[in-house]
Amino acid sequence: MRRTRRQHAIVYAGLTLGLALVIGPFVWTALSSFKPEREIRRDPPTFWPETWTLDNFAELFDRVDLGTAFANSVIIALVLVATNLLFCSMVGYAFAKLDFRGKNVAFALVLVQLAIPAIVVMMPQFVLIAKLGMVNTFIGIILPTVVTPLGVFMMRQFIADLPDELIHAARVDGAGEFRIFFTIILPLCGPPLATLALITFLGSWNNFLWPAVVAQSEQMYTLPVALNILNGNEGTHYNLLVAGSVVVIAPILFLFVFLQRYFIQGIATTGLK
Amino acid sequence: MSLAVPAHRARAAVRFAVRRSWIGWMFILPFVVLFAVFYLGPLLVGIGMSFTDMRSTDVADPLAVDVVGVDNYLRLMNDGAMRRAAVNTVVFVVTALPLTIGLGLAAAVLLNSGIARLPAAFFRLGYYLPNITSIIGIAVAWKFLLEPEAGLVNRLLELVGIQGPNWLQSESTALPSIIVMTAWRSFGFNMVVLLAALQTIPKELYEAAEVDGAGRWARFRSVTVPALRPVLLFCTVYSSVGFMQFLEEPLVMTRGGPLNSTLSASLAIFNQFGVGNYGYAGAASTVLFTVIVALAVLQLRLGRRR
Repeated sequence: MRRTRRQHAIVYAGLTLGLALVIGPFVWTALSSFKPEREIRRDPPTFWPETWTLDNFAELFDRVDLGTAFANSVIIALVLVATNLLFCSMVGYAFAKLDFRGKNVAFALVLVQLAIPAIVVMMPQFVLIAKLGMVNTFIGIILPTVVTPLGVFMMRQFIADLPDELIHAARVDGAGEFRIFFTIILPLCGPPLATLALITFLGSWNNFLWPAVVAQSEQMYTLPVALNILNGNEGTHYNLLVAGSVVVIAPILFLFVFLQRYFIQGIATTGLK
Repeated sequence: MSLAVPAHRARAAVRFAVRRSWIGWMFILPFVVLFAVFYLGPLLVGIGMSFTDMRSTDVADPLAVDVVGVDNYLRLMNDGAMRRAAVNTVVFVVTALPLTIGLGLAAAVLLNSGIARLPAAFFRLGYYLPNITSIIGIAVAWKFLLEPEAGLVNRLLELVGIQGPNWLQSESTALPSIIVMTAWRSFGFNMVVLLAALQTIPKELYEAAEVDGAGRWARFRSVTVPALRPVLLFCTVYSSVGFMQFLEEPLVMTRGGPLNSTLSASLAIFNQFGVGNYGYAGAASTVLFTVIVALAVLQLRLGRRR
């Protein structure tokens, strides 16, 4: 297809306008977080901060224990990344390469879990967590998502494409199934594991509702939960809110900009298959 | 297997199959246990609770719970807030769905229209950003944008002489604001999936259509759209299942107000859960679950038939 210069210019103009509308709110929020409260409320508004200040962040960390919330978010996300990498690949391997009775039924359960809305099971899950004495604990926040159906699905798709001969050869040599999995299959799963790690980290970092229900004291809050409490208590102190928003969004932004290749590949393939 | 297999070899084969089954189940055990305990169990318990008058205070003493039949379901139908929530959810889905898929398709087509790789990757990255950021971070940013006096949106409107409304505090603009925010946030997902599909359409199809005299619009309609059909179906089902459950956006931005104008079905259930009406919330959950499953099945049926 031949394209004239003018058509190209129109496409670029459209894409640029779209980009301005999409990242505008982020840019505006980020710039505002470095303005003094007076300047945030000034009319007409300033785009670029006249006076740069870190006061908003200082006051924010003074009011809310964001350091703890940040650490909690990181710990929970890392634990979930570890459990999901291990379990999703194990389960995915079994569905892709092992023959066993009831396999199809079990795999259907993966799809069923994907279809169960969070709100529908949340209440009984909470009652269960309460019965187990896990309210306001890390384990209570972590447990329901230690292995996720999307991860199982992704790993199964990838492992299914690995050649069967690898496994047959190892079986002939007398290797057990767990040894085959850990020494032959897992080392080949680098790319999908990277994608899964990123998706899991993001999902955990951004997860709000379940941690908000389970975490009931400030020492257990994750970042989104802490920011939401701030949102409820300081609803009109926009200098604090925008600073909080920056603290929640910035780490993910860095992660995403550097690792986006894995992420977009993962989304595109799960969507297509 | 032939009938002439010696007995001992047949027995060995059975033993092998049993051993293999056992190992397969060992591998999937983490998923199966978690599914049973945290998903299937709660789903069934939720449905069971919906036929009782269970409240949060009954958790310690399940014997105090009475079976009340379909009372909770009857109460649902006459509950003004629940009905409002149902209407809001339908409005939200039927407006946000075409918006998000339309924007995603437009972005994907523009990115696939022969622009250079590097700028294309840059735009794709930017468009996808809202999708991966925390809803709380985004909701706070949008509350700030839509703030009636200090907010950027109303100040820009002021420049062209329009007095903007108090977006999130007015009954007529609160839900539309959340719908626009949701479309803004989620179209990037559809863009990525649709773009990947667009890139698999052979160039020859377009060239052949061009030779046949098809204009740009005709090529889009007769080559692009049919080729994207399965992926568009996936996007529609995926997005509508997600949108049917919208909860966090109104929870953080408006708490369902003003006057229930942004109360969603999921948020209404969440609120009932919060005040301890477990049986009643279970009934509403069961209805929502049924509607979501029915909607997905219906979409898949209709999408495959044509």
